[in-house]
Amino acid sequence: MLRDEDRIFTNLYGFQDFGLEAARKRGDWDNTAAILQNGREWIIDNVKESGLRGRGGAGFSTGMKWSFMPKNVTDKPVYLVINADEGEPGTCKDRDILRHDPHKLIEGCLIAGFAIGASACYIYIRGEFYNESSNVQRAIDEAYAAGLIGKNACGTGYSYDVFIHRGAGAYICGEETALIESIEGKKGQPRNKPPFPAQAGLYSCPTTVNNVESIAVVPTILRRGAGWFAGLGRPKNTGTKLFCISGHVNKPCNVEEEMGIPLKELIERHAGGVRGGWDNLLAIIPGGSSVPVLTKEICDTVLMDFDSLRDVRSGLGTAAVIVMDKSTDIVKAIARLSSFYAHESCGQCTPCREGTGWMSRVMQRMVTGNARMEEIDLLLQVTKQVEGHTICALGDAAAWPIQGLFRHFRPEVERRIQAYRNAAPLAAE
Amino acid sequence: MSAPASDHGHEPTSFAFTQENLELAKRIIAKYPEGKQASACMPLLDVAQRQNGGWLPRVAMDAVADLLGMPRIRVYEVATFYTMYNKNPVGKHHIQVCTTTPCWLRGSDDIVHACKKKLGVGLGETTADGQFTLGEVECSGACVNAPVVQIGDDYYEDVAPEHIDGLIEAIKRGEKPKAGSQIGRQSSEPLGGPTTLAAFTTQADD
Repeated sequence: MLRDEDRIFTNLYGFQDFGLEAARKRGDWDNTAAILQNGREWIIDNVKESGLRGRGGAGFSTGMKWSFMPKNVTDKPVYLVINADEGEPGTCKDRDILRHDPHKLIEGCLIAGFAIGASACYIYIRGEFYNESSNVQRAIDEAYAAGLIGKNACGTGYSYDVFIHRGAGAYICGEETALIESIEGKKGQPRNKPPFPAQAGLYSCPTTVNNVESIAVVPTILRRGAGWFAGLGRPKNTGTKLFCISGHVNKPCNVEEEMGIPLKELIERHAGGVRGGWDNLLAIIPGGSSVPVLTKEICDTVLMDFDSLRDVRSGLGTAAVIVMDKSTDIVKAIARLSSFYAHESCGQCTPCREGTGWMSRVMQRMVTGNARMEEIDLLLQVTKQVEGHTICALGDAAAWPIQGLFRHFRPEVERRIQAYRNAAPLAAE
Repeated sequence: MSAPASDHGHEPTSFAFTQENLELAKRIIAKYPEGKQASACMPLLDVAQRQNGGWLPRVAMDAVADLLGMPRIRVYEVATFYTMYNKNPVGKHHIQVCTTTPCWLRGSDDIVHACKKKLGVGLGETTADGQFTLGEVECSGACVNAPVVQIGDDYYEDVAPEHIDGLIEAIKRGEKPKAGSQIGRQSSEPLGGPTTLAAFTTQADD
């Protein structure tokens, strides 16, 4: 188990005050100027060396992403944008950072912004997180008042502004280009890439978009050293990670653990175990609603990191572990996600706009078994026609849970279809 | 696209920001670079909605468009794209139950049922006295405290069906029930206390 002294989010649960004074006592804003004085290259190199991979779901190297930003931009502003549009079902980790440890995020915003040469940062917080936004705004105001951000931030001569932009209820705005569109005051519909945000992002200026957790861990990594972070977890899967454990466990919770912790240990140690015991486990979605479900047999041994979960054809995603015991109607659980994606499709790309609705309607019928056997393959074929044929990954995210369901639970759906036909042979014809 | 339909018969004929909200609007617009005031569209729609009792009539969208120098259609696009802008009147208290899979696994169907029974309305409906609107929402993002019910700006978490009666009665009495976990958790730690960070469960010492 990760030792407490290696935990970054010491106020994860908000037992202590989130304000500046308490945050300083926890080690935040401790001589930040010294970090900045090491220079942009040093910061980027160290974040690269730490092995930090983006905590928003994609798992791309954070330091590498920063290094894609153009150097020496003088003709236009450069922006850092923080993706706090947390809405992936199962995921509620950034919420705790926003409301309980906002100074870690703001300090990270300053350091990351400095590293990419930004003049300002917009933190895009989902609209429903009204109280969380208020805490972040209070922390921003404190940081300005203390001279930590703003003109001559931390006395370094560097000027940097931090603003909040609140969303208004649209899952798709968690996609980085949709998020940028939304800040510009438009519908949150993703942009084609290229150009990538690093070339033309917010207001067509060079922009990096990072997840809340990715940025909030940066100050601690730089203080304790890239080697410290890289020494936790496994190669290419380093550091600590916030896990959200929801569903059928005795004690649902968020917890910061070492990357690569066995899934079973994570649940038994922190979430009080599966309801009714480990043997009562049916399935787990290990990384938020978009990643394919896993059977108990896989969960028995799988490790919670990017590469281990990729090897079992799922993903770490946002590290949101959704646990389902044997009482679960697994088809209904996945069908509910299909209706989520149908609701959240932005409507821009035809395969997603039409496909998510169609898949959802067929999935509703699969729940009761009111379908023909051959419709299973038809449905899987449609998931393949949506996947990879849209501007953003929402289409993929809608396809994968269905693919995962049939990969592991196809006999259950077939049983329902057969039972439905047996009960009403004429109606089924 | 034409202006959003308003077939509910409540469409007012005019809307004007209060002086206080005009000042607030100025501060919001100043957060964005010069010439990029369209960025203030979303926050100003929120200000307008709050001023107008929780929903956005077309005339309020027009007021935002005029204030920002935007074509009205661009504001209608935004107002109709995002789910938190209510295009129809809502009750004084907007109760929104999350029913996405993590909440559903923890019994959100029973929460919806309890709300319907207590209020005597279905999803998307408002009580006859105009006090409560009941709605269903997609993932609220508080999944380890499921099931979650959002009332106004606050999250009520770890909710059981038997909590619904008390919550709604308290609101009827004009009280504001304590938000957050309804079973005594601080926030997202395991029930009964954290398994980590024992040294951080009390306020920081010097």
